[in-house]
Amino acid sequence: MVVYREQPSLPSPAGQSSVAAWLRKNMFSSWLNSIVSLALLYVLIPQLWSLIHWAFISADWFGDNRDQCVSGGACWVFITNRLNLFIYGFYPESEHWRVNWVYALTALQVAALLYPKTPHKTILTGIFFIVYPFVVFYLLYGGAFGLEVVETHKWGGLMLTLLLGIVGTLAALPIGIVLALGRRSEMPMIRALSVVFIEFWRAVPLITVLFMASVMLPLFLSGEVNMDKLLRAMIGIILFESAYVAEVIRGGLQAIPKGQYEAAKALGLNYWKSMGLIIMPQALKITIPSLVNTFIELFKDTSLVTIIGLFDLLAVAKAGLSDPAWLGYSTEAYAFIALVFWVFCFGMSRYSMYLENLLHTGHKR
Amino acid sequence: MPAENSKNQNNVVATRWIYDPKVRGIIFQAVAVACVAWMLFYFISNALHNMETRGIATGFAFLENRASFGIAQTLISYSEDDTYGRAFIIGLLNTLLVSVIGIIFATALGFLVGIARLSKNWLLSRAAAVYIEIFRNIPLLLQIFFWYFCVLRNLPAPRQSMSLGDAFFLNVRGLSIPAPVIESGFSFVVGAFIVAIIAIVVLRKWAKKRQYLTGQIFPVFYSGLGLLIGLPLLTFLFSGMPLHWELPELKGFNFRGGFTIIPELFSLAVALTIFTAASIAEIVRSGILSVSKGQVEAASALGLRGGLTLRFVIIPQAMRVIIPPLTSQFLNLVKNSSLATAVGYPDLVSVFMGSTLNQTGQAVEIIAMTMAVYLTISLVTSALMNMYNAKNALVER
Repeated sequence: MVVYREQPSLPSPAGQSSVAAWLRKNMFSSWLNSIVSLALLYVLIPQLWSLIHWAFISADWFGDNRDQCVSGGACWVFITNRLNLFIYGFYPESEHWRVNWVYALTALQVAALLYPKTPHKTILTGIFFIVYPFVVFYLLYGGAFGLEVVETHKWGGLMLTLLLGIVGTLAALPIGIVLALGRRSEMPMIRALSVVFIEFWRAVPLITVLFMASVMLPLFLSGEVNMDKLLRAMIGIILFESAYVAEVIRGGLQAIPKGQYEAAKALGLNYWKSMGLIIMPQALKITIPSLVNTFIELFKDTSLVTIIGLFDLLAVAKAGLSDPAWLGYSTEAYAFIALVFWVFCFGMSRYSMYLENLLHTGHKR
Repeated sequence: MPAENSKNQNNVVATRWIYDPKVRGIIFQAVAVACVAWMLFYFISNALHNMETRGIATGFAFLENRASFGIAQTLISYSEDDTYGRAFIIGLLNTLLVSVIGIIFATALGFLVGIARLSKNWLLSRAAAVYIEIFRNIPLLLQIFFWYFCVLRNLPAPRQSMSLGDAFFLNVRGLSIPAPVIESGFSFVVGAFIVAIIAIVVLRKWAKKRQYLTGQIFPVFYSGLGLLIGLPLLTFLFSGMPLHWELPELKGFNFRGGFTIIPELFSLAVALTIFTAASIAEIVRSGILSVSKGQVEAASALGLRGGLTLRFVIIPQAMRVIIPPLTSQFLNLVKNSSLATAVGYPDLVSVFMGSTLNQTGQAVEIIAMTMAVYLTISLVTSALMNMYNAKNALVER
């Protein structure tokens, strides 16, 4: 009787799984490839080494003033010394706990919303759009519940940057949805108004919008209304962003097959019900990755408020550089800010790619 | 019973018009237009009132007034005695200058990096990916600041300039390059160049016709390249070389002669190029990947060689995907060039919305004019884009 006995797997053929084989296949497969690889190594390795040397090995990390920077590398003392300014702006130190709460709440909310398997997402989203803004407003601005008022000109740093990005998106989303529906409406006047609005804001640079908001907006309102500078910038950002959001959502609406619209009509649903129950849920779902991308763009663009004199992350760095005690550390300052922005933007772009994969349930190539 | 029924029917008839989608649509639109009109009226009347109480002049008469501020870099002649209108033109030209420089270099770099990203060489493709991910995720303004304050400010003084030959000098005052000096007779060369372009168009048509008739392929690309370079070159030589280069020379503390690219322009152009190239690289990559593998296999089944496959199968299909987002990147670059104001490069926003607005205070007119410029650029480009799309859209059955 022949008994089947499982044989141990053979090792893969020699010269196919070693490091050398990998190198040969991926970096030295031909003459040209070898030359390119060697040239790149020749250029990159010294550069990378000097960067690491500057940023880590010969860097100074902690201290009180510039005299501690003696090792010739990066002087991170400049950053660690002013970390509070970077995180809180000029927010009074005794009230920092309020900002910490806002950071924590925001992180919790965003994490819960971004994680695909969180239960009760509809309620959470509702809270995010309706309750959260009020909580954040009272926490940051105060003036109620026994909290002391902190004027907006004291807001700054990362807090302001995040605030502008999140408020811009939260407020732009509903406006964008309405505009996108308007642009696809069958009523010619509504369509025309939406198109004009969207195309106008998309055509002009954000910096002109911010200038307009800070210089022209006060002219447009009657004299008694005295508008906060931050609020004006926010209005500019929201108007600007809503046009971009509208275009993204319009793309999602166009991607929904016509049969869905017809099926909704056949069920006897009116316009708002068919949009709210059938079309929008599907359209929003497929546009989330693009919405995250527009949010990344907005988040980067919030740095422009530096130019109209708000005190965001970039402005904190610039202001620190004009401090006579710290002249000449611009590279460290900008490198640090760049790292902060990069971590946020890169994280979000990875998230949007992950979502895209998750939503991509069709045929993969 | 019947009486009640007819009463009900009357009610239905009486209220039916409110359920008529057409009537509803008209009412809805009328309300929307009325709201917008009211809002505009409110804003405009407030603006007029506020400007009157603050003593701000209205109208475009200020464009004729003396500007009385200097501009660091001008493409056409300008002095402090010129008008605000002239300053507007200077700013517009400077915006266009940096945009064109940025678009050319960003496209070249973006295509290179995008193709490198798809390379089979692991190191090259990783290096391209790192480049893309770093520069795409850092705000442009920060990058401009970095180039301006960290790199260009730390360059040596003019006397210790970094130089390439005796022609290019890089120092803290900017990049000095040789400037072409055109002599009489150069118009012949330009003429020859135009003749060469026309000749290429004719040649292409003829070659295509011949290929349809006989199947023979004429090397249009190389002969065209030869025409484009050779014809102007020959004219140049025969007309006695009517062009020489004026080299920058160190005189005292600065360079004279040649053409100096001021550090503001340099940092802006570099930052715009690097930032936009990262996005363009991603567009190029996704465009090339969008051509399905079956297309390449079909081409090789038809017997096309690698180069021909690239030319006739991959590039035409990839370009259809690449060009629309590429144009929107170009538009982004033009809009982003307005960040010039942060480092003081005299572009439209900096000259007009900055200096002119500060001096005249006529916010409404100035902001409207500036926005109109960007609006025009954007609308013209998207109109061209729509024409291109209509022409090249995939014809589906």
